[in-house]
Amino acid sequence: MVDRLSEVFSALADPTRRAILARLAEGEATVNQLAEPFPISLQAISKHLKVLEQAGLITRGKQAQWRPCHLDAGPLREVADWIAGYQRFWEQRYDRLDEYLQQLQKDERKQQ
Amino acid sequence: MSETLTVTLPTDLEIKMVRVFDAPRELVFEAHAKCEHVKQWWGRGNPLDCEMDFRPGGTYRFVEHAPDGQRYAFRGEYREIRAPERIVQTFEFEGMPGHVCVETLELTEDAGRTTVTSVTRFDTRDERDAMVSSGMADGARESYEALAAYLAKLS
Repeated sequence: MVDRLSEVFSALADPTRRAILARLAEGEATVNQLAEPFPISLQAISKHLKVLEQAGLITRGKQAQWRPCHLDAGPLREVADWIAGYQRFWEQRYDRLDEYLQQLQKDERKQQ
Repeated sequence: MSETLTVTLPTDLEIKMVRVFDAPRELVFEAHAKCEHVKQWWGRGNPLDCEMDFRPGGTYRFVEHAPDGQRYAFRGEYREIRAPERIVQTFEFEGMPGHVCVETLELTEDAGRTTVTSVTRFDTRDERDAMVSSGMADGARESYEALAAYLAKLS
Protein backbone atom coordinates (compact mmCIF):
# COMPACT_ATOMS: atom_id res chain seq x y z
CA MET A 1 0.00 0.00 0.00
CA VAL A 2 1.29 3.45 -0.84
CA ASP A 3 2.03 5.30 2.37
CA ARG A 4 0.34 8.53 1.40
CA LEU A 5 0.30 10.25 4.76
CA SER A 6 4.08 9.84 5.06
CA GLU A 7 4.55 11.36 1.63
CA VAL A 8 2.28 14.24 2.60
CA PHE A 9 4.22 14.87 5.81
CA SER A 10 7.50 14.86 3.87
CA ALA A 11 6.10 17.18 1.24
CA LEU A 12 4.93 19.61 3.94
CA ALA A 13 8.28 19.62 5.73
CA ASP A 14 9.65 22.20 3.26
CA PRO A 15 8.79 25.93 3.50
CA THR A 16 8.91 26.53 -0.27
CA ARG A 17 6.46 23.72 -0.88
CA ARG A 18 4.15 25.02 1.84
CA ALA A 19 4.25 28.45 0.24
CA ILE A 20 3.40 26.92 -3.14
CA LEU A 21 0.40 25.15 -1.63
CA ALA A 22 -0.74 28.32 0.11
CA ARG A 23 -0.59 30.11 -3.27
CA LEU A 24 -2.57 27.31 -4.95
CA ALA A 25 -5.20 27.51 -2.22
CA GLU A 26 -6.12 30.84 -3.83
CA GLY A 27 -6.55 29.27 -7.26
CA GLU A 28 -4.73 27.45 -10.07
CA ALA A 29 -1.40 28.78 -11.33
CA THR A 30 1.28 28.05 -13.89
CA VAL A 31 4.84 27.09 -13.01
CA ASN A 32 6.00 30.59 -13.98
CA GLN A 33 3.44 32.21 -11.70
CA LEU A 34 4.39 29.91 -8.86
CA ALA A 35 8.10 30.60 -9.32
CA GLU A 36 7.70 34.39 -9.25
CA PRO A 37 7.96 35.03 -5.50
CA PHE A 38 10.98 32.74 -5.04
CA PRO A 39 14.65 33.52 -5.71
CA ILE A 40 15.20 30.02 -7.13
CA SER A 41 15.25 28.57 -10.64
CA LEU A 42 12.26 27.26 -12.55
CA GLN A 43 13.97 23.90 -12.45
CA ALA A 44 14.01 23.92 -8.65
CA ILE A 45 10.32 24.87 -8.59
CA SER A 46 9.58 22.00 -10.97
CA LYS A 47 11.30 19.61 -8.58
CA HIS A 48 9.15 20.86 -5.70
CA LEU A 49 6.05 20.45 -7.86
CA LYS A 50 7.00 16.88 -8.62
CA VAL A 51 7.21 16.10 -4.89
CA LEU A 52 3.82 17.72 -4.32
CA GLU A 53 2.33 15.82 -7.24
CA GLN A 54 3.68 12.51 -5.96
CA ALA A 55 2.18 13.19 -2.53
CA GLY A 56 -1.19 13.74 -4.23
CA LEU A 57 -1.31 17.35 -3.05
CA ILE A 58 -1.52 18.87 -6.52
CA THR A 59 -2.67 17.84 -9.96
CA ARG A 60 -1.43 19.34 -13.22
CA GLY A 61 -3.35 20.19 -16.35
CA LYS A 62 -2.84 18.19 -19.53
CA GLN A 63 -2.07 21.06 -21.92
CA ALA A 64 1.64 20.69 -22.60
CA GLN A 65 2.35 24.39 -22.81
CA TRP A 66 0.67 25.69 -19.64
CA ARG A 67 0.10 22.71 -17.40
CA PRO A 68 -1.54 24.79 -14.67
CA CYS A 69 -1.29 23.36 -11.14
CA HIS A 70 -4.32 22.75 -8.91
CA LEU A 71 -4.42 22.09 -5.23
CA ASP A 72 -5.91 18.76 -4.25
CA ALA A 73 -7.06 19.35 -0.68
CA GLY A 74 -7.88 15.72 0.15
CA PRO A 75 -4.55 14.55 1.59
CA LEU A 76 -3.94 17.95 3.16
CA ARG A 77 -7.26 17.67 4.95
CA GLU A 78 -6.22 14.31 6.35
CA VAL A 79 -3.08 15.84 7.85
CA ALA A 80 -4.91 18.97 8.99
CA ASP A 81 -7.57 16.86 10.72
CA TRP A 82 -4.94 14.82 12.43
CA ILE A 83 -3.00 17.84 13.65
CA ALA A 84 -6.24 19.52 14.76
CA GLY A 85 -7.02 16.44 16.85
CA TYR A 86 -3.55 16.35 18.35
CA GLN A 87 -3.66 20.07 19.03
CA ARG A 88 -7.09 19.90 20.69
CA PHE A 89 -5.92 17.07 22.93
CA TRP A 90 -2.91 19.01 24.15
CA GLU A 91 -4.79 22.31 24.37
CA GLN A 92 -7.20 20.74 26.86
CA ARG A 93 -4.33 19.27 28.83
CA TYR A 94 -2.32 22.51 28.92
CA ASP A 95 -5.39 24.63 29.76
CA ARG A 96 -5.80 22.43 32.83
CA LEU A 97 -2.13 22.84 33.71
CA ASP A 98 -2.48 26.60 33.31
CA GLU A 99 -5.43 26.72 35.73
CA TYR A 100 -3.64 24.46 38.15
CA LEU A 101 -0.48 26.61 38.11
CA GLN A 102 -2.58 29.70 38.86
CA GLN A 103 -4.20 27.85 41.76
CA LEU A 104 -0.82 26.76 43.15
CA GLN A 105 0.51 30.31 43.02
CA LYS A 106 -2.59 31.67 44.73
CA ASP A 107 -2.22 29.09 47.51
CA GLU A 108 1.44 29.98 47.88
CA ARG A 109 0.64 33.67 48.29
CA LYS A 110 -2.01 32.88 50.91
CA GLN A 111 0.54 30.98 53.00
CA GLN A 112 3.01 33.83 52.98
CA MET B 1 -6.56 34.41 29.98
CA SER B 2 -5.11 31.24 28.56
CA GLU B 3 -2.28 31.30 26.04
CA THR B 4 -2.41 29.55 22.70
CA LEU B 5 -0.69 26.36 21.75
CA THR B 6 1.23 26.29 18.49
CA VAL B 7 1.79 22.99 16.73
CA THR B 8 4.27 22.65 13.86
CA LEU B 9 5.98 19.84 11.95
CA PRO B 10 9.68 20.77 11.96
CA THR B 11 10.64 17.57 10.12
CA ASP B 12 8.65 14.67 8.75
CA LEU B 13 9.37 12.63 11.89
CA GLU B 14 8.66 15.28 14.52
CA ILE B 15 5.81 17.24 16.03
CA LYS B 16 6.67 20.39 17.93
CA MET B 17 4.39 22.17 20.41
CA VAL B 18 5.04 25.49 22.14
CA ARG B 19 2.99 26.96 24.97
CA VAL B 20 3.60 29.80 27.44
CA PHE B 21 2.49 29.61 31.07
CA ASP B 22 2.18 32.52 33.47
CA ALA B 23 4.23 30.80 36.19
CA PRO B 24 7.89 30.46 37.13
CA ARG B 25 9.89 27.62 35.60
CA GLU B 26 10.43 25.74 38.88
CA LEU B 27 6.70 25.48 39.36
CA VAL B 28 5.98 24.31 35.82
CA PHE B 29 8.72 21.70 36.14
CA GLU B 30 7.32 20.58 39.51
CA ALA B 31 3.89 20.15 37.87
CA HIS B 32 5.46 17.50 35.60
CA ALA B 33 7.46 15.79 38.33
CA LYS B 34 4.91 14.50 40.88
CA CYS B 35 1.70 12.48 40.65
CA GLU B 36 -0.16 14.83 42.99
CA HIS B 37 0.36 17.56 40.35
CA VAL B 38 0.10 15.47 37.18
CA LYS B 39 -3.30 14.13 38.31
CA GLN B 40 -4.61 17.69 38.26
CA TRP B 41 -4.06 18.33 34.57
CA TRP B 42 -2.82 15.45 32.45
CA GLY B 43 -6.26 13.82 32.30
CA ARG B 44 -7.77 16.95 30.71
CA GLY B 45 -10.40 17.05 33.45
CA ASN B 46 -10.90 13.28 33.53
CA PRO B 47 -9.82 11.21 36.54
CA LEU B 48 -6.27 9.94 36.16
CA ASP B 49 -4.46 7.04 37.81
CA CYS B 50 -0.81 7.96 38.09
CA GLU B 51 2.27 5.95 38.92
CA MET B 52 5.66 7.51 38.38
CA ASP B 53 9.25 7.00 39.41
CA PHE B 54 10.64 10.36 38.39
CA ARG B 55 14.34 9.69 37.86
CA PRO B 56 16.44 8.74 34.81
CA GLY B 57 15.62 5.11 34.02
CA GLY B 58 12.41 5.29 36.08
CA THR B 59 9.04 4.54 34.48
CA TYR B 60 5.59 6.08 34.54
CA ARG B 61 2.07 4.90 33.74
CA PHE B 62 -0.98 7.12 33.43
CA VAL B 63 -4.54 5.79 33.00
CA GLU B 64 -7.17 8.30 31.92
CA HIS B 65 -10.81 7.45 32.71
CA ALA B 66 -12.97 8.90 29.96
CA PRO B 67 -16.60 9.89 30.69
CA ASP B 68 -17.86 7.02 28.50
CA GLY B 69 -16.21 4.48 30.81
CA GLN B 70 -13.27 3.85 28.49
CA ARG B 71 -9.80 3.73 29.97
CA TYR B 72 -6.76 4.95 28.08
CA ALA B 73 -3.38 3.90 29.41
CA PHE B 74 -0.03 5.49 28.56
CA ARG B 75 3.41 4.49 29.72
CA GLY B 76 7.04 5.35 29.28
CA GLU B 77 10.46 5.75 30.76
CA TYR B 78 12.37 8.85 31.85
CA ARG B 79 15.60 9.00 29.89
CA GLU B 80 16.97 12.33 31.02
CA ILE B 81 15.92 14.74 33.77
CA ARG B 82 17.57 18.10 34.33
CA ALA B 83 15.60 20.20 36.80
CA PRO B 84 14.08 22.64 36.08
CA GLU B 85 14.84 22.84 32.36
CA ARG B 86 14.65 19.54 30.53
CA ILE B 87 12.85 16.19 30.54
CA VAL B 88 13.35 13.47 27.93
CA GLN B 89 10.92 10.57 28.15
CA THR B 90 9.50 7.81 26.01
CA PHE B 91 5.77 7.68 25.36
CA GLU B 92 3.65 4.71 24.39
CA PHE B 93 -0.12 4.32 24.13
CA GLU B 94 -1.00 0.87 25.45
CA GLY B 95 -3.76 0.65 22.87
CA MET B 96 -0.95 0.37 20.30
CA PRO B 97 1.78 -1.50 22.11
CA GLY B 98 5.26 -1.33 20.64
CA HIS B 99 4.87 2.08 19.03
CA VAL B 100 7.18 4.20 21.14
CA CYS B 101 8.03 7.83 20.55
CA VAL B 102 10.45 10.09 22.39
CA GLU B 103 9.29 13.38 23.90
CA THR B 104 11.74 16.14 24.75
CA LEU B 105 10.45 18.96 26.96
CA GLU B 106 12.45 22.17 27.28
CA LEU B 107 11.44 24.83 29.81
CA THR B 108 12.69 28.40 29.54
CA GLU B 109 11.75 31.34 31.74
CA ASP B 110 11.45 34.99 30.84
CA ALA B 111 10.16 37.62 33.28
CA GLY B 112 8.35 35.07 35.41
CA ARG B 113 6.68 33.35 32.46
CA THR B 114 7.66 29.90 31.29
CA THR B 115 7.73 28.60 27.74
CA VAL B 116 7.34 24.85 27.38
CA THR B 117 8.62 23.48 24.07
CA SER B 118 7.85 19.84 23.43
CA VAL B 119 9.23 17.88 20.50
CA THR B 120 7.80 14.42 19.92
CA ARG B 121 10.02 12.33 17.72
CA PHE B 122 8.90 9.14 16.07
CA ASP B 123 11.64 6.60 15.41
CA THR B 124 10.32 5.73 12.00
CA ARG B 125 7.58 6.82 9.71
CA ASP B 126 5.74 3.61 10.56
CA GLU B 127 5.59 4.65 14.21
CA ARG B 128 4.23 8.05 13.36
CA ASP B 129 1.69 6.63 10.97
CA ALA B 130 0.51 4.21 13.63
CA MET B 131 -0.09 7.23 15.84
CA VAL B 132 -1.86 8.95 12.99
CA SER B 133 -4.22 6.02 12.50
CA SER B 134 -4.89 5.62 16.23
CA GLY B 135 -8.01 7.71 15.93
CA MET B 136 -6.74 10.92 17.49
CA ALA B 137 -8.07 12.73 14.48
CA ASP B 138 -11.67 13.50 13.84
CA GLY B 139 -13.16 15.38 11.02
CA ALA B 140 -13.19 19.12 10.93
CA ARG B 141 -14.11 20.14 7.39
CA GLU B 142 -11.85 22.75 5.99
CA SER B 143 -12.52 25.16 3.17
CA TYR B 144 -9.69 26.12 0.85
CA GLU B 145 -9.48 29.40 2.68
CA ALA B 146 -9.06 27.69 6.05
CA LEU B 147 -6.42 25.47 4.49
CA ALA B 148 -4.46 28.50 3.35
CA ALA B 149 -4.56 29.92 6.87
CA TYR B 150 -3.47 26.57 8.22
CA LEU B 151 -0.52 26.38 5.84
CA ALA B 152 0.58 29.85 6.82
CA LYS B 153 0.58 28.70 10.43
CA LEU B 154 2.70 25.66 9.61
CA SER B 155 5.38 27.80 8.02
